[in-house]
Amino acid sequence: MTRSPPLPTADAGDAPARLSLTELIYSKGFRSALYQVLLALLVVAAGYYLYSNVTANLRSQNIATGFGFLGQVAQFQIGQTAIEYSPTDTYARALMVGLVNTLFVSICGIVLATLVGFTVGISRVSGNWLLMKVATGYVEVVRNVPVVLQVIFFAVVLRNLPVVREAIDLFGFGMLSNRGLSIAVPEAHPVHGWMLAGLAAGIVLAVLFSMWARRRRDATGQHLETLWINLALIFGIPAIVWLVGGAPTEMSFPALQGFRIAGGLTMSPEFAALLIGISTYSSGFIAEIVRAGIQATPKGQIEAAKSIGLRPRFVMSHIILPQALRVIVPPLTSQYVNVMKNSSIAVVIGYPDLVSIGNTMMNQTGQAVEAIALMMLVYLTISLATSGLMNLYNRAVAIKER
Amino acid sequence: MKSAFKALAISALGGLSLAAGSSGAHAADGDTLAAIKQRGEVICGTYPSRPGFAAPDSQGQWVGFNVDLCRALAATVFGDASKVRFEPVSSQQRFPVIQSGEVDVLSRNISITLGRDTALGLTFGPPIFYTGNMLMVRKDSGATSVLDLDGATICLAPGGTTEGNITKFFTVHGMSFTPVVIDNAKQLDSAYIEGRCDARAGDGASLPAIIAAATDTPEDHILLPEQLSKETLAMAVRRGDDQWENIVKWTSHAMLVAEELGVSQANVDEMLTSEDPDIQQLLGVIGESGVQLGVEPDWAYQVIKQIGNYEDVYNRHFGPESTLPTPRGLNALYTEGGIMYGYPLQ
Repeated sequence: MTRSPPLPTADAGDAPARLSLTELIYSKGFRSALYQVLLALLVVAAGYYLYSNVTANLRSQNIATGFGFLGQVAQFQIGQTAIEYSPTDTYARALMVGLVNTLFVSICGIVLATLVGFTVGISRVSGNWLLMKVATGYVEVVRNVPVVLQVIFFAVVLRNLPVVREAIDLFGFGMLSNRGLSIAVPEAHPVHGWMLAGLAAGIVLAVLFSMWARRRRDATGQHLETLWINLALIFGIPAIVWLVGGAPTEMSFPALQGFRIAGGLTMSPEFAALLIGISTYSSGFIAEIVRAGIQATPKGQIEAAKSIGLRPRFVMSHIILPQALRVIVPPLTSQYVNVMKNSSIAVVIGYPDLVSIGNTMMNQTGQAVEAIALMMLVYLTISLATSGLMNLYNRAVAIKER
Repeated sequence: MKSAFKALAISALGGLSLAAGSSGAHAADGDTLAAIKQRGEVICGTYPSRPGFAAPDSQGQWVGFNVDLCRALAATVFGDASKVRFEPVSSQQRFPVIQSGEVDVLSRNISITLGRDTALGLTFGPPIFYTGNMLMVRKDSGATSVLDLDGATICLAPGGTTEGNITKFFTVHGMSFTPVVIDNAKQLDSAYIEGRCDARAGDGASLPAIIAAATDTPEDHILLPEQLSKETLAMAVRRGDDQWENIVKWTSHAMLVAEELGVSQANVDEMLTSEDPDIQQLLGVIGESGVQLGVEPDWAYQVIKQIGNYEDVYNRHFGPESTLPTPRGLNALYTEGGIMYGYPLQ
């Protein structure tokens, strides 16, 4: 007969059951947690040491610290301002101007690089011998020359355009000189606000129409050509608004008055050189990424699509690209971030971007650490936002596998 | 697990020793001279290339007004004017390199302003050159005065007093301008020469030299007469080291006093036997100035023998026989119509 061991009973006076220290150390989970906590403490301690060292040294040299300088008057003029700015505004406002300039050239650069990159990439796999060779040559040249040199090259080229007194006349609608491209623009008129609203309405209607056409195709199998109707909506509605608003045709023409170009819209050569430089550099990389994506699509898909009679444009947009985009979008994100970072080359050619204005501010206030930290933070935020948006898009175009 | 524990222990020890070992990033009071003596040379921050003030010649030797002032410091400290290394820095880099201790002194025509004296952790030697911001334009632009330049595009270097001064002048006179701000000096000059800008702004003392170096036809350009600001140029050192500041300050004053007393590079050896107590004090025959500064007693003699007095240095680079003759104007001695004044050395 076996006797079961006595069950443990809790006396009123006993302490609750507790693991001994040795048992704790032998526990794998506890040890790994302990190491991670210690490492985290080490990193925090190192960071705190660096921070306190820097502030102590700055204080011992009587260099001002803190971000109070952002409220001081800037006292310098900025060459190109997309938003209102005058030298009596604060440093914070000057940095904002720089940030807007950076974002503007980055976004234009991303758009241009994507357009050129996709075109060159698709050309390279098109099968047309001349197109393939030209595209290959373009990619090899553009990828292997450092981006700073490309930007300086375009800046020098644009600077060698004729001086503004001998500017090239563009059929009376503008002039091209080494002061920039000046084009005539319509005079400001209230109807432009309505036209903008009309454009927004046109885009919304075009999107809705495309969605309706796709649903109809899924239901009935009938294909409806949406391109022309979409274009009519997007351009037609603002045109109708313009007509209704009285069809104003006053233009502001650029003309040389003394030393300034009055009227019209002027795009400076620094902006153009920077834009072209960073776009062409990244377009080479984007072309290769696009080529990789297209070649990653299984050939059987294309043959199958052609064999059931689908048109080539439909094959590219509905069969190849959705599968290729899965491969293209992640490296494309890093190229977009690269375009934005390369925009800081503006310092070399004189375009007033965030880094250029930050450097001037750093020199005038002497607070190098705060200025650089601020610029790094801004770039980090923009990069993270770009990556976040691209990841959202990636998830949207991903083929949903069941 | 054992290897992970080892790694953790080693990194913890490493972190602790890092914290214990370093006591501060760079020199505090009195340390600059000690560091210089140990290194064996003075490190001098200056222009990458500004003819007349600091530029390497065809053999790679540095030549210029600012260069000579730095060599004078080496003569003071070591008795040998060649013990100096030049670090070219751009206008945006110049303050961070002196703040961080990469250079011992900035001999780069820094304008003395209240903001720089207080918030940058720097202090200045005595003024060694008086000038002001001026504008250079092409002769065929038709402008004869800065007041003709309403709406003009002006090329200038970033990070200095120039931007603020031009903005103030134009605002006060109700005019506007568009700045083109380029850090690289060569790009900036070529932008002006190629006509990207209507005018080039800079110090009146430097502009003729800049244009002469940037183009083959400097006679096509004229300097507009208005002076838009006062630029009191001096050498800059880090705040907090009084001994080094005194050495920089009194080297400059010794060169001015030498000119006042008529002691020049040509006659300094004969002047050693002079009976004039001021000259004897200057050249270290009598007096304690060397000991008080922490250098050899004949420090001023070495400066004048190897580099010269203020007039020697000025004439070497801006005198009538130089490539950029400039009248001394305010930079003459107070006894000759200028405002240069050396403090007594006793």
